[in-house]
Amino acid sequence: MSPNPAELTSVVGGVGTSPHRPDAILKVRGEFAYASDLWHEDMIWGATLRSPHPHARIVSIDLSDALLVPGVHAVLTHEDVPGRNIYGLERADQPVLAEDVVRYQGEPVALVAADHPETALRAMKRIKVGYEVLTPVVDMESALGDTPLHPGGNLVRHVPIRRGDPDARAAVVVTGRYEVGMQDQAFLGPESGLAVPAEDGGVDLYVATQWLHVDQAQVATALGLPPALVRLTLSGVGGAFGGREDLSMQVHACLLALRTGKPTKMVYNREESFYGHVHRHPAVLHYEHGADRDGKLVHVKARIYLDGGAYASSTPAVVANAATLGVGPYVVDNVSIDAWGVYTNNPPCGAMRGFGAVQAAFAYESQMDRLAEALGMDPVDLRIANAMSEGSAMPTGQVVDSAAPVARLLELVRDKPLPPTGTDLLDLPGGVANTTHGEGVVRGVGYAVGIKNIGFSEGYDDYSTARVRLQVVGGEPVALAHTAACEVGQGLVTIVQQIVRTELGVTRVTVLPMDTSIGSAGSTSASRQTYVTGGAVRAACAAVKARLAELAAGRHVDDLAALLGDEVVDETAEWRHRPTEPIDPVTGQGNAHVQYGFAAHRAVVDVDVELGLVKVVELDCAQDVGRALNPQAVLGQIQGGTAQGLGLAVMEEIRTTGGVVRNPSFTDYLIPTALDMPPMRIDVLELADPNAPYGLRGVGEPPTISSTPAVVAAIRAATGRALNRVPVRPEHITSTERPRGAPA
Amino acid sequence: MRVNVTVNGVPRRADDVWEGESLLFVLRERLGLPGAKNACEQGECGSCTVYLDGVPVCACLVAAGQAEGREVRTVEGLADGGALDPVQEAFIEAGAVQCGFCTPGLVVAAHDLLARVPDPSDPEIREALAGNLCRCTGYEKILDAVRLAARRARS
Repeated sequence: MSPNPAELTSVVGGVGTSPHRPDAILKVRGEFAYASDLWHEDMIWGATLRSPHPHARIVSIDLSDALLVPGVHAVLTHEDVPGRNIYGLERADQPVLAEDVVRYQGEPVALVAADHPETALRAMKRIKVGYEVLTPVVDMESALGDTPLHPGGNLVRHVPIRRGDPDARAAVVVTGRYEVGMQDQAFLGPESGLAVPAEDGGVDLYVATQWLHVDQAQVATALGLPPALVRLTLSGVGGAFGGREDLSMQVHACLLALRTGKPTKMVYNREESFYGHVHRHPAVLHYEHGADRDGKLVHVKARIYLDGGAYASSTPAVVANAATLGVGPYVVDNVSIDAWGVYTNNPPCGAMRGFGAVQAAFAYESQMDRLAEALGMDPVDLRIANAMSEGSAMPTGQVVDSAAPVARLLELVRDKPLPPTGTDLLDLPGGVANTTHGEGVVRGVGYAVGIKNIGFSEGYDDYSTARVRLQVVGGEPVALAHTAACEVGQGLVTIVQQIVRTELGVTRVTVLPMDTSIGSAGSTSASRQTYVTGGAVRAACAAVKARLAELAAGRHVDDLAALLGDEVVDETAEWRHRPTEPIDPVTGQGNAHVQYGFAAHRAVVDVDVELGLVKVVELDCAQDVGRALNPQAVLGQIQGGTAQGLGLAVMEEIRTTGGVVRNPSFTDYLIPTALDMPPMRIDVLELADPNAPYGLRGVGEPPTISSTPAVVAAIRAATGRALNRVPVRPEHITSTERPRGAPA
Repeated sequence: MRVNVTVNGVPRRADDVWEGESLLFVLRERLGLPGAKNACEQGECGSCTVYLDGVPVCACLVAAGQAEGREVRTVEGLADGGALDPVQEAFIEAGAVQCGFCTPGLVVAAHDLLARVPDPSDPEIREALAGNLCRCTGYEKILDAVRLAARRARS
């Protein structure tokens, strides 16, 4: 064999190009099978009875009327959970079905299986649950001293960060109290799946999720089965954004399928979806920033409260992110941060794109603007004067050892020309509602920059597994790639193909369905899959190449097909990023994170200051991605992530009263439409990280972090309002009262 | 009840339909056409957009009985066999597809827009697609796809 496959980087559709997604044709034809599209002969439908109360004792459950409904196959409660009736991502504290107490509105209490989804719903309504309603704990700041909701009390995790002089004094000090509302992932494909009972006593589950193996372990524990008898296959996933990290219907569908012996499908509707997954933690953040007269930061002090709701989910890791990333991408010698995640009777909160960094960024970027105002400095100049760079130390003491072009990202968005004033009605606040033709409209410009850790942190063994097979089919070398890495829309299936093409010089690459018949790929979260599963695919390709070199030894063969002949080369590799370390529980010091990502935004807004309506006119972004493996997909991540940040800035919030959700629908929980999103101009930097495969840097989360504070800064610039809370609502702009905690 | 409806040019019949079922449910669960999606089932997201007698509707808001004797065209009926509709091709090329759950509805909505307005302005595209939610893309590449399809149709 003459060509070394490693040199075949010119292969069509390899790394650095933007080939079409392998699933795109099916998706545009409407033929891609999402979890809610699954069908099986003799399939029955499951439904979930949920608690109407945020906090109550269950006194009685009467199933008799439900069992009488014709067409009902099973009605189950916690007594029917054969294994351990408790699960959780980081700590097991959540029942599969509630036993003696419910801790949030929407907590699953009973299950029904029936031959039609409507029959299941009707039977469900005939289940009589007697509740003794308890006072809900709903305030995150006082939850630690309130009624304990779990045996260990209401503290999920406290993370302190201590660095430098705790008594440092600064010439200029600004303080603020900030609030972040509860955001929803609002993925469009509802929680769904199909559980098929198997002849060996196990179950095959086809489901939309973010991490097959962590689901498998939790489902097996709840079912009391060995993991080998719980086989998961990824079905089409209609978006995720963190909301599919925790279990939803997985155990429930398996329970019904195993009890009835029939394939059981569960599909949430939109209201149930709001109850069926965790949300972004609401937060209250108290900050103090001190600087010298030249604007150099002297100290940052912060107390951060994150409302974890009824169960822990991934709250411990979210708390660590808020704390370790709590000063943002700035150099600060003296830092004292405390972050607490607490239990309440609000909806459970866990992972959502940005994961703890979003909440902190709204506060620290608001503080930077406030500090700039106090100093009489330009807000971008202040940020650049304090910007971290490669070699800077984090508040954890960790030295940032690859590119950190924070100043450059800010300069890129600042130096773009500003957009002209709009002339079309659709360009104005209120749009076609025709509320203004420009009267009362004020333009504002705002900036923000953010930081995000990429990959799993704090010493977690973060690895992925990939198998690559190479053989000749029809005279042509063809590669197969197999992983358990969940494709949720981001385009990992394309990336896997691209890496195999580049590494093996093979054009035809088939990506097998993701399932648990291969080792874990880790979670599709933390912007980590291209990095970690990409690394595993590349490692498997390296093993294939080593085998090819053995085959080639002592032979002269012209091409790969001739070299392979009838040989099938099949190699599996496990790959992990360099290790991280736990942080010290007292000082928060330690090399906690493997990689950092940065993005900056400039927002231009027009605000109707009389009606409180906001039109985001333009939202430009600059981000370093290390290496763009697929430039088109990188832009898609930046655009989509930015849109979710805009949503948090001006419209998205799950509103609760006493723990009861008031807006569980797309009528009342608004996400940005094509009319709400402005055009974006994007600069992508490719400053390679020498520690990462191909030099890449995780892309998905950083743009979600900086877009929110940039939009709010622009609204502040237009209105002069303090705006200490997101989402900003019209009454915050028009009210004569300043929000709580604002300076007088 | 029984529902007779012509779907993508083919007369179809669904039996034992419960009166409360939507056209969306009948298409997805009884006629084997899951292309129209079920993201909200309350007319807010547009993911179930289909043509009903040539007019785009949310199939979730149409009672199955209302479709009796009428013509439905779904996303599965846009391609001509293996040949994709130009709107479908443009969505692929522009990178407008990520998770793809909004895609069937958006493809039908864009198809309808370009049939009515061959050369839409950006504000016209945004307004025409404002009833279709997408959570992945931020809409930029969806706009690119509609512009691309319009440009191709002109040349």
